[in-house]
Amino acid sequence: MTATRTEAAPIAPTRLADADLDLLLLIRHFELALLDMFGRGELHGTTHTCLGQEYVPVALRPLLDDGDFVFSNHRGHGHYLARFDDPHGLLAEVMGREGAVCHGVGGSQHILRDRYLSTGVQGESAPVAAGVALHLKRTEPGRLALVYLGDGTWGEGAVYEALNMAALWGLPLLLVVENNGIAQSTPTDAQLAGSIGGRARAFGVDHLRVTSTDTEVVRAALTPVLRRVRERSTPYVVELLTHRVGPHSKGDDSRRPEEIAHARAHDWYARYAQAYPEQFGAHDERQRAYVAQVVADVAGRPASRWAEADRG
Amino acid sequence: MAERVVENLNQALHALLADDPALTVLGEDLVDPYGGAFKVTRGLSARWPERVLSTPLSEGGIVGVAGGLALAGQSAIVEIMFSDFVALAFDQLLNFASKSTAMYGRRVPMRLVVRCPTGGNRGYGPTHSQSPLKHFIGIPGLSVHEVSPFHDNRTVLAGMLATGRPGLLFEDKVLYTTRMYADGVVDELFRYDLIGPDADVARIRVDEEEQADCVLVVPGGLAARAVSVARELLLRDDIVCQVLVPSRLWPLDSDNLLPPIARAGRVVVAEESTAGGTWGAELAQVVHRRLWGSLRAPVRLVHSADSVIPTAAHLERTVLVQDTDIHQAVKEVVSGD
Ligand SMILES: Cc1ncc(C[n+]2csc(CCOP(=O)(O)OP(=O)(O)O)c2C)c(N)n1
Ligand SMILES: [Mg+2]
Repeated sequence: MTATRTEAAPIAPTRLADADLDLLLLIRHFELALLDMFGRGELHGTTHTCLGQEYVPVALRPLLDDGDFVFSNHRGHGHYLARFDDPHGLLAEVMGREGAVCHGVGGSQHILRDRYLSTGVQGESAPVAAGVALHLKRTEPGRLALVYLGDGTWGEGAVYEALNMAALWGLPLLLVVENNGIAQSTPTDAQLAGSIGGRARAFGVDHLRVTSTDTEVVRAALTPVLRRVRERSTPYVVELLTHRVGPHSKGDDSRRPEEIAHARAHDWYARYAQAYPEQFGAHDERQRAYVAQVVADVAGRPASRWAEADRG
Repeated sequence: MAERVVENLNQALHALLADDPALTVLGEDLVDPYGGAFKVTRGLSARWPERVLSTPLSEGGIVGVAGGLALAGQSAIVEIMFSDFVALAFDQLLNFASKSTAMYGRRVPMRLVVRCPTGGNRGYGPTHSQSPLKHFIGIPGLSVHEVSPFHDNRTVLAGMLATGRPGLLFEDKVLYTTRMYADGVVDELFRYDLIGPDADVARIRVDEEEQADCVLVVPGGLAARAVSVARELLLRDDIVCQVLVPSRLWPLDSDNLLPPIARAGRVVVAEESTAGGTWGAELAQVVHRRLWGSLRAPVRLVHSADSVIPTAAHLERTVLVQDTDIHQAVKEVVSGD
């Protein structure tokens, strides 16, 4: 079964609780700070920001508990910050400084903390999450494994092997697809035949498509989905139509100006600022300053160390 | 008479499932009454229906699921129906299971073994007869073992799981129906013992003979063939050959392999795979570096021909390593100085 939750005509966004707004803004300023540091040559390697997509993990945050497993991907800073509220540890990981979540070994896209894991090979986590979901089903019923995937990652066979096993074995596996219409430089209509809903349906897996970028609307749409995955021990695919406001990684945006403008026009950030200027203004300023403080703090730390005993 | 290798493996799996309630065994067509393509898993699903799973044809997915179980603190043993197909799980092994033991900046135990029926001589043809073991040599965090008729598989599998590192266990298909050796006896001429602190290397020699003209090092799948070559060499050519069969091929167990090689000063390493980036080549490199001064001849490697593996028996024989190839190599190395 496929269902679509469409936002009504462009109405004002729902007013958010301060905590939700703070988290959205923390992620936004964290990502902006990273791009800034890259621009100044203060970071090396690569990073993928989730600008424009911050509301996805924020909407999911209260729907998950610590016992659920979350599998993130290359675009995972928002996923991590929504789970742990730990910008210091994440930035230290990206910068290779003391206090890094994984001692600087994993970097931006390879993080393991408690029941949160990210890795850099597209689609690979889907069967791993199915294995974890099998374990949860046997020993901790009611808990689930969530995998974040991009639209482009639906080109990987591993996703279908995982979906098949999850459907056959009734695994509490939730695939959260952040369909931002593009994979690196390739538009979705040039890399994905048919539809994600059609693919889910082929496995007899329920699919929900959500077009709103309003945190509250998305949360309300996802609440029954997670309940169902937990109660029925069943896989589910939710597809969020979203917009990548920034480049794929650092400065590699080859989209036409009007495409970028289209993504920007859907950015929750500007819309929310316009709808609730007072609430937004104060919180935005505070989170910007907080992230600046985090950057100053972490940048001043010594390099991370990888002890012999931690080398596997 | 000792049990067959397939029975030893089967009993090992029974024992491990009984010992470890956190262990899951999964793979294609494993459950009864079929019991796996080579019957290694026979009877397991009847006793543990929840923990012995027949899966779809999804080698990458299955190894991924096993990796997820391991990540969640469980143990998993996967059977790949033919080792040729472990190619489809390469990503999960290279980029997930082995990496996860270290890439998060701390040691993450991954109790995961992937069993791979391997090798030729059964007429299964080019895509069901290869020895792809060499492609898994040198991957940080991944160990590679091979079943031998000298090593009890319960010990081997339990040891592999206990390391907390993922490992591959290659099982030469011709071994399944042959018998395990027991009680230190090979035949009326040869004896064996397991050497090293973890009893990892089987040493096969003529009674208590310390001095050998040549050492022949082989993975388990070639063990019986190597023993028969050693016997021929002794009876026909008066050459004393000691055979070493390590259970763990990677990381290399040089501490236990080098001393006997140093004593003989001559060594032949035989593998069923094609040449090029092999375990034997790695061993040769270590022997040359560490024993240069005591070698009486360069290390000699024996491989199958650089060819696809034909199906028809008479053609297959022209490609795969034969006893005569190993015999000839030892004779040349011994008479060469
Ligand atoms: C197996 C694999 N192939 C290629 C890449 C390189 N790569 C990283 S992200 C990406 C695009 C992913 O697109 P999508 O799934 O839509 O996620 P998005 O970047 O849009 O969030 C590519 C090709 C990779 N990391 N893994
Ligand atoms: Mg995308």
